[in-house]
Amino acid sequence: MGLLALEPPGRGSFLLAGFLNSVMIAVGATVVGLCLGVCGAWCKLYGGPVARDLAAVYTTIVRAVPELVLILILYFAGADLLNKALAAFGYPPTDIPGVAAGIFVLGVVQGAYSTEVLRGAILAIPQGQIEAARAYGMSPSLIMRRITLPAMLPFAIPGLANLWLIATKDTALLAIVGVNELTQVTRTAAGATKAYFTFFMAAGAIYLALTLFSSAIIGRIERRARRGMPSVAGAGR
Amino acid sequence: MSEALMDVRPKRKTTDWLKPHRIVLIVIGLAIVLASIFLMRWDWLPQYMPLALQGIWRTIWLLVVTSILGISLAIPLGLAQAAGPAWLAAPAKTFCTVIRGTPLLLQLWLLYYGLGSLFPQFPWIRDSFLWPYLRQAWPYGVLSLTLSYAGYEGEVMRGAFAGVPRGQLEAARAFGMSRVTIFRRIWLKQALHRALPTLAGETVLQLKATPLVATITMVDIYAVASRVRQDLFVTYEPLLLLAAVYMAITGVIVFLFRKLEARIPTRIG
Repeated sequence: MGLLALEPPGRGSFLLAGFLNSVMIAVGATVVGLCLGVCGAWCKLYGGPVARDLAAVYTTIVRAVPELVLILILYFAGADLLNKALAAFGYPPTDIPGVAAGIFVLGVVQGAYSTEVLRGAILAIPQGQIEAARAYGMSPSLIMRRITLPAMLPFAIPGLANLWLIATKDTALLAIVGVNELTQVTRTAAGATKAYFTFFMAAGAIYLALTLFSSAIIGRIERRARRGMPSVAGAGR
Repeated sequence: MSEALMDVRPKRKTTDWLKPHRIVLIVIGLAIVLASIFLMRWDWLPQYMPLALQGIWRTIWLLVVTSILGISLAIPLGLAQAAGPAWLAAPAKTFCTVIRGTPLLLQLWLLYYGLGSLFPQFPWIRDSFLWPYLRQAWPYGVLSLTLSYAGYEGEVMRGAFAGVPRGQLEAARAFGMSRVTIFRRIWLKQALHRALPTLAGETVLQLKATPLVATITMVDIYAVASRVRQDLFVTYEPLLLLAAVYMAITGVIVFLFRKLEARIPTRIG
């Protein structure tokens, strides 16, 4: 147990730093994914024929290829492209910080899933609400801001919450490309001290605590978003 | 999201589908594929083909074995949560929560490195007939993938068991069926049928989880691709091939589940 202490002989501080990195990556990836998801859902629902097909290709490919393979492809391709762009402008090549790379890679993956969640949520809005807004003479952007986005939120929250939980767990995959997140630092610490069981159990407990904590918060948000709506017994789960 | 992969589109005529802009997109796509075939390095392919085929076989084997073992664990887990007494439901719920709350990679490493480093300390394990197997990687890979599938599917099956209409079970009891017969003929069948679309999506997710076993030295198709990259210093080609292989297997899974679903009459109470 002394191995987990926060003071230098113990490795607790490493785990904590890794955990913070993990949370940072998960939050960043969810935000990037949401932005991509809004664009993707917009393309799929209101875009022209080409935008629609491109969005379909994006979501199909990302959801059919393992995250691990996507992470490797995007990680190397992203680094290559960035360095080529830097070289074109006459800068020396740089190393991308692991956290930023992780946010980009997982964000692209999350974007495909959020596209589907948001598309479903927008489709679930009663048609009459949007027609009523149009009848009031609102412009499309005003309808989006005042009606579509707030009205779809209760439908989207369960799916988005699920995506957040997946994002927290997918950060572990970044250990494969050597990003310093919780799983990677755990492996390093375990390898150095040979106390594999202790460290992996501790990391598991941290992940579980994060999940349970998130679930509790999500439950509250969901109840708040659904206020004023007729209760749907047994929906969602 | 998993069921979104499965959306069954109404059959349209080819002319309807093949609009002018699609033809342009298809041509562009073909051009990209052809360019990657002719402009990239593929000369390593014949040499590594036997290894790659072996890897694909191992990936599929792993997927099939862990899915079957996992679902047979998930059915009792779901039943315990949906209808079992509290002392059975609580551990089943805890198991599902823990499995679903931690990353699979961590579970895999906990089993392989954690248990693997604990086992040799016990002489009776080292002397047992299981020891030759416990020193290899695949039992840990199979075990952790099975447990993971069971954890997620236990939750799905709980919902499916709870969702079977009560009238169906009451009617079965009125026919004088025993509890085992009710379970076998009515409850399990309808629950499985309800869960089938979700199971298809989850099986695709399970396929996408299999490459993790490469991190504990199992040689699946992902490990083969990594080896090509290390041996020859080609970065993208093996990864693109890998993506294509996984997309093909995903297509086969979706197709098979659709066939399975079509075989069952769709009207349920």
